Order: sequence, then structure tokens, then C-alpha cells
Amino acid sequence: MGEYQDMKLRVIPLPEEELFVPGHSACAGCGEALAVRIAMKALGKNTIVCLSTGCLEVFSTQYRNSAWKVPVIHMLFENTSAVASGVEVAMRRMGKDANVAVFAGDGATADIGFASFSGMLERGHNIIYICLDNEAYMNTGVQRSGLTPFAAHTTTSPSGRQSMGNISTKKDILSIAIAHGVPYVATASIAHPEDIYRKVSKAASIGQSYVQIHVPCPTGWGFDSSKTVEVAKLALETRLWINYEAIDGEIANVMRVNKKPVEDYLKLQKRFRHLFRSEEGKEIIGKIQEIADKNAERFGLL
Amino acid sequence: MMKVVRGFYSVAYSVKQCKPDVICAYPITPQTEIVERLADMYANGELGNCEYITAESEFGAASILVGASATGARSFTATSSQGLILMSEVLLSAAGMRLPIVLVNANRSLSAPLSIWNDQQDSIFMRDACIMQLYIENNQEVHDVMPIAFKVAENRRVMLPFMVCMDGYKLTHAYEPVDLLDEQMVDKFLPPYDAPVKLSVDKPLTFGCYAPPPYYTEFRVAMQNAIMGAGDIMLKEFKKWYKITGRDWGGHVVAENPDAEVAVITMGSLTGLVRDVVSEMQKEGKNVGVVKLRTFRPFPVEDIKKALKNANKIIVFERAVSFGHEGPVAIEIKSANYESGADVYSFAVGLGGRDIPRDLIREIIDKVIEGKVEPGFQFEGVKPFEEVIP
Repeated sequence: MGEYQDMKLRVIPLPEEELFVPGHSACAGCGEALAVRIAMKALGKNTIVCLSTGCLEVFSTQYRNSAWKVPVIHMLFENTSAVASGVEVAMRRMGKDANVAVFAGDGATADIGFASFSGMLERGHNIIYICLDNEAYMNTGVQRSGLTPFAAHTTTSPSGRQSMGNISTKKDILSIAIAHGVPYVATASIAHPEDIYRKVSKAASIGQSYVQIHVPCPTGWGFDSSKTVEVAKLALETRLWINYEAIDGEIANVMRVNKKPVEDYLKLQKRFRHLFRSEEGKEIIGKIQEIADKNAERFGLL
Repeated sequence: MMKVVRGFYSVAYSVKQCKPDVICAYPITPQTEIVERLADMYANGELGNCEYITAESEFGAASILVGASATGARSFTATSSQGLILMSEVLLSAAGMRLPIVLVNANRSLSAPLSIWNDQQDSIFMRDACIMQLYIENNQEVHDVMPIAFKVAENRRVMLPFMVCMDGYKLTHAYEPVDLLDEQMVDKFLPPYDAPVKLSVDKPLTFGCYAPPPYYTEFRVAMQNAIMGAGDIMLKEFKKWYKITGRDWGGHVVAENPDAEVAVITMGSLTGLVRDVVSEMQKEGKNVGVVKLRTFRPFPVEDIKKALKNANKIIVFERAVSFGHEGPVAIEIKSANYESGADVYSFAVGLGGRDIPRDLIREIIDKVIEGKVEPGFQFEGVKPFEEVIP
């Protein structure tokens, strides 16, 4: 734990009971499954879960099997925020008290479900919205989303003779959630399960909340399935992912970790390997370093 | 209590008496006044503990009701036209998830070109969605039908969305005398919704699973069984309603002159005008009768056959088009009644709110009787026009 300079980390004993159980069909090394398992420990049994269409729904709810020990509803790709709103409203109407949580992917949150997401936030429902950010449409075979990082190769933003991969940068959904007046907004990473646990617990205690968790995907990003946690750690160390909280709109508790150059993160992943094969690629890596430096500046990590 | 009210108020008041748990609203002409009246009732504390939620779109509104209905809440919305089509992905899925959401569709034409006026293209588009569809002739009928819609949708043998279709403007904005339902009468007929399965932490269930090929078909068979079985359940509830209120709206099909050799089929508010023209013709000794088609889904095949058993010419007034084929109601009639060999004449009238003059109805029926027109599909009341693309 020597790499942490400021933040005092203490080991939190996580509840032993599993509410998201083994037997599902996620890929080996799936970051998303790990995040959900930890988040469910924080949310507890008294929770209704709403899922968007995506990897999680497909690998955990195939008919006759369910990996969930809590009630779960999945309907469409783009309406999970609205379905959760309906669940929360009906629970209120029935006079019942339970956490209502959403697990949705980056595409379901930032792209196709964006209007639904905004409507839910604006209405101020007590919903714990957890975005599992694996930075592309993985369930349909790795297509770019609004949260795909700059220059990443995906099947719809391929690198090629005239392309260096994805042309846009990650949409800042956190700021958008803050702009809606959401009282608790946070990022987390599967590099730090105890941090996920702490933040999701906090989200559940506050009510209306948005937590975006970085969940590396070995299949979509192209790294060995044993390296999921390592890749997640490197994202933090290179400042391409920042763990922080925003409480009533004020940025707080930025996680401090040792700084590494972005190459250390990029070189482990096939989605960035085209950057290491040309002069132009090197320039792009320079631009990615600028993105990381700006992140560091914004969050006071210089 | 008899009162002269507009169609939207007739719907809203009846919905209030049905004691919904969650109402979700998004505005679209000509439906908007339905949810506005419900909003007034909510604002004045007249809806009990009902939650009234405004959504960011019709798509959102339908989705919110999915969550509410799956949690065991009696759920209502109203929409129209583009709104219904925007809801369609949700509603189709709600049928598959067996959620008894009730909605009123104020029938309006579809874009393009943009038109806010009445025809029935919107609800006809939803034909294959496994959603019950009942077409309404007047504002007392819609008032009486709302409790029946909830009761049938929530029947454990059914558990499907129910769509009440009323002509936009022609009914929604029309003033008519309506005998407003009292609370006890509706309470006697419609018990609170007791969902057979729901989202509950006491009994965790997974809703909206993914079904691979070995399982998908059986879910769809169950849907078909449910909607086919809903026909008889509707008839029973129609009869119970008649006993309670003394108002008999008939079954799925109302054949007003079952012996007629020329049958004129209509759905919705056009029925009144057609009935008027036909009764005038009957006085002249013409053997013509009106068949009012109320239930479009499930399609009442046996009732149609019975209603048309003496007809050798069948006239259908369509207010929608199955583009690339013909009139959508005529397609159903031909399919149901194919053994009779009767000629079917299908006329699209009143598209995009175009007036349907009494004389046009008379003229069409006359020319069919006189053999001046071939069986098949045609548009009526069309002006000379230039092609948009030269």
C-alpha cells in the first residue's frame, strides 16, 4: 500500500454473503462481474436491481438461470433509468422501502439511454445508478461508444492506413450528473474493491447518486485475462482514470497514486497497439499524455 | 350523474375512479388534455395516493410504467400518433413481460407529412404487438370501457397491455352528455390490482430474462394463448358491466341488422354517421346493415362470421392503409370470412382528419349496391394532385 501518498486506506471487511453468485457466463477476467459482485455486497439484500441490455444482463439472466439473489428487472437497452424510476415510484406508492439500483453499461448510459438517464436525474428519484464503464459496446462485439477513449481501436473505430482509432474523447458523464444536481457522484475502479464498496455504500445511504466504475474488459481491450486488475491500476496511475467523489457538486477525496507515463497503460492493450507502430502513433500517444496531464491538473494530482 | 363533458374529461374521470397507482404523462395532441385533467385531479388531491409522473418522452413514460407495473402498481398513460409509435418498443416488450398497462390512444394520423388530425393509422400500426385494442364510438362508451380495460388486462389469464382507441378530436374534444361513474360502482366491479408476480425483496425474481432458442418460442406461445383467451374474458366483463350500469355496449362486434345482404363495417366514431346513412337507406327499402367492430385485437373471427353470414357484399370504411397491400380492416375481414365468398369493398376515407361527408358515405354504399364498383381497395374523396417527386 506504499504507493498511496495521502489517502489513508483501511481494510474494510466486506460482507461474506454473495448476492451476485457464481455460475454466470462472463468471460474470464471480466472486470464488470467483479464490480457488480462488490457493489451488491454494499447494496445488500434489500435492493431491487434494474439492468440495461448488455453483457451483464446476457451473462447473468439467461432463462432458467439467474446469478441474482435480489429481484432484478431488465427490459430494453435504452430505458433502464425510466424503468428504475417506475420501480422507485411504485415502491413509494406501496409504502415500501428498498434500494433501487441500476447497473448499466457505458453505451446504455452515455449514448442510447442518455435521454432516459437525464429524465431520471432531473426528477430526483432515489436511485443508485451504477455505470459499468468498459469503454465500448462489448456485448455486440466491441463497437465504440461515447465513453470510448481517444485513439482506441474498436470494430467501428478501427485503426487503419487513414485512421488512428476513435476520434473523440470520453464524454464527461460525471459533470453531466453534477449539472443535474445529483448530490452524490463518484468514480471508482475495480483496482480498489474496498473503494467500490465504500462508495456504493455511501451512495445507498444518500439515495440519489451516480457511480461510474472503470471495468477493464480483457476481450474488448485485448489483454490477458489475468491482468484485469493490473490494467485498472495502471489507468489510475497514468491519470487516464481518476477516482474521486463529488458531494453536492464539490469535488472531493481524489485518490492519489504514483504517477506513470501513459505508455505503461497503453502498451498492455491491443486496442492501442497501432500507436506503437508509426511516428504518427507516437504523436497520438503524446496527445493521450496531454489528456492525462489535464486530468491530473483538474483533480490536483500534479 | 349526467353531465355534458368533453371526451378527454370522460376518460380522465373514469380513470380516476379506477384508482390507478401510477400515472405517467407526456404531452401530445390530441391526447394531452387527458393527462392534463388527471394532473388537475392530482394537484387537487383527488387521486388518492396515486403517483403522477411526467416523463421526458412517451418512450420514457411507457418505460416508467413498465417499472411501476412490474412492482405491482396499477398503471395508466395516454398517448397519440407519434407518441404511440415512440412507445412501441416499450409496449411490445411490456406485452412479452406480461404487464397489464392500460393506455388510451387518441387516434391521430402518422407523419409524414405531419398531421395532427384524426385517422387510425397509429393504433393499426400496433396490430401485431400482443396488445388488446378496443375502438370506441362515443364518450359514454369510453367512460364505461376504462374499468373493463383494467379488469381484463389484470386478469391472471391475460396479463397484457390494453389499448383503448378513441378518435382524436372527434371524440377527445367533443362535448357529449356522459353519465359519470360513481366510486362505489367502480369499486364493486374493479378490485385493487393484486399482481401474481412482482418485484419484491421478499421473493426475489428475475424479470425480463434473455431466452435462447430452446425457450423463446414457448414465451411467444403463452402470449398468443393469453390474448386469444382474452376475448371470452372481455365478453364476460362486458356483461357484468351491463348488469351493474344498465348500459349494454354489445360484444366484440355489434351487427345492428344481421340479416342484411350488404354489410357496412366501421370502427370508432364514424359508426354513428354510417348508422344514420344506413337507417335512411333502410327506410327506402334497401337491404343494408351496419356492423360495428369494437375489438380489433384479439380479432373476433367467430363474431365476424356470424355478423356477416347473410352478407354477399361487405363494405369496409378504413381509416388507415396497409401500404403495399390494402385496407387493414378488410385484410382481417377477408381472412375471417373467407369461406363465405362475399365480395369485400374497402374504402380509405378521412385520412389525416379529412372530413367524411354524409353524402360521400351514401354515394359509396349506393355504388356498391348498384354494382358500379369492383371489389377491392380504393381511396375515396381524393382530389387531383401532382406527384411530389417530378
